[in-house]
Amino acid sequence: MALLSALGRRLRRNLVVIAGLCTLAYLILPNVVVTVFSFNKPNGRFNYEWQRFSTDAWTDPCGVADLCGSLSLSLRIALWATVGATVLGTMIAFALARYRFRSRSAVSTLIFLPMAMPEVVMAASLATLFLNMGVSFGFWTILIAHVMFCLSFVVTAVKARVMSMDPRLEQAAQDLYATPLQTFTKVTLPIAAPGIAAGALLSFALSFDDFIITNFNAGSTVTFPMYVWGAAQRGTPVQINVIGTAMFLVAVLGVLGAQLVGGRRKRS
Amino acid sequence: MTTSAATGTTTDQPPAPPRAGALHKAARRKKLVPYWLLFPGILWLLVFFAAPLVYQASTSLQTGSLEEGFEVTWHFATYWDALGEYYPQFLRSVAYAATATALCLALGYPLAYLIAFKAGRWRNLLMVLVIAPFFTSFLIRTLAWKTILSDGGPVVSTLGSLHVLGLTDALGLTEGHRLLATPLAVVCGLTYNFLPFMILPLYSSLERIDSRLHEAAGDLYARPLTTFRKVTFPLSMPGVVAGTLLTFIPAAGDYINAELLGSTDQKMIGNVIQSQFLRVLDYPTAAALSFILMAAILAVVTVYIRKSGTEEVV
Repeated sequence: MALLSALGRRLRRNLVVIAGLCTLAYLILPNVVVTVFSFNKPNGRFNYEWQRFSTDAWTDPCGVADLCGSLSLSLRIALWATVGATVLGTMIAFALARYRFRSRSAVSTLIFLPMAMPEVVMAASLATLFLNMGVSFGFWTILIAHVMFCLSFVVTAVKARVMSMDPRLEQAAQDLYATPLQTFTKVTLPIAAPGIAAGALLSFALSFDDFIITNFNAGSTVTFPMYVWGAAQRGTPVQINVIGTAMFLVAVLGVLGAQLVGGRRKRS
Repeated sequence: MTTSAATGTTTDQPPAPPRAGALHKAARRKKLVPYWLLFPGILWLLVFFAAPLVYQASTSLQTGSLEEGFEVTWHFATYWDALGEYYPQFLRSVAYAATATALCLALGYPLAYLIAFKAGRWRNLLMVLVIAPFFTSFLIRTLAWKTILSDGGPVVSTLGSLHVLGLTDALGLTEGHRLLATPLAVVCGLTYNFLPFMILPLYSSLERIDSRLHEAAGDLYARPLTTFRKVTFPLSMPGVVAGTLLTFIPAAGDYINAELLGSTDQKMIGNVIQSQFLRVLDYPTAAALSFILMAAILAVVTVYIRKSGTEEVV
């Protein structure tokens, strides 16, 4: 009895930890399932039931028609969308963080709205515009849409960083006779860099993973999420799980590596 | 730098009249800098975000067909017809999204709290595990729920043997002792997919709380639960509000979870808009539906922000 009540007390004291870890398990569970089922050899077209262990899909990740094509298209779109949104977004962030001008609040609202609107509304309205202008759907319409919805996230990330930066640093640079360009490249940009990097990373992830807006604005062009969507109806090749697992590993290792490097730099 | 003081770039006031001609010219150029910085990005948003919304508004007032073309006829009835036909999907979307948001808060708070106050050196790893799902394709992960919740799977057999499924069947949440293609599965998917959007704002507002406040509460003989209720939770309100909005808004418009994990009985308004636009090609109805969705969300959000009393989030 004493043992049980002691156990109960420990449980109660660590309730937050236990509940938190349960949530984490809920978050990670699908990733585990995706990984495990990447080693499955399904009988039918769908990879939803465990049959037997096989590494076939890992040795031949591009073995399904159109899969790797859609993957490389998604990577290309994500790359250009990141470049476009990061450049445009950083410029806006600097204007908002550094200058006071008329219509400043209107600009802030315009930046905020795309983040506060259901994707399906943005997707349908942009597609309506393209339809009525007679633009043919494909790579360019997807890219335009992705830059549009990534822009706000970049502005928010960069603005937060620039706002928290000490303006005296730039004044000091100017007191030391740095030209405006030198001040910008040697002082301002390095300080803003983590914000810009965060915005770019977020853009890349959002663009690469976007389904709803792409669904409306892609026409017959197939990005990777659209391939997966189609596969959910036609049959899900195991290779999808392989790519999902690889993406998870790259993300975890990449973020951990970045933190390791960042942590070491901070210490030294 | 010499001119910026004269133009007053740090105030909202119009610039003071120039004192000298040369100064005036340089000052004007300086004053235009923010506009040049804003121009390309804002133009992009105006053309590809704002203008489409205006266009969508006019589309919702059109009548016609794909063959004969559409024309603006100020046909407001589309709104009433759409609302009359699809109000069950609207109500369902709000109900599912609200349930998923509440579950996200209930599940996300302990984890955010754990990372902010108890994780110690594990903090970075936990953070990575929360963010990593962002970088893996979320459609693939949603499909994984099909495996997890499948009829022969461990979840169904465990819940079935615990007679939980009998109970949920009786409540109408599940049907025939299965989880897939039920409201429960859709809400589970929505909760899962939008959980990181709840955890991150919660974490960032919890992290900002000065731990000395907890010590002070303890010194004043507040029990842990009282400390939480009177100190921690009120101070985390900005995170709660931001997280709720970031979860509720996309969940209400989502159609992926309802499509992959639900059946035709669980269609949400996003599914209707998608099929009206991409399959039925009834653009006016699709446009009207998305405007009603936008208005509904705006109303819910406004009321919520009023009630919660934190207006600085927006």
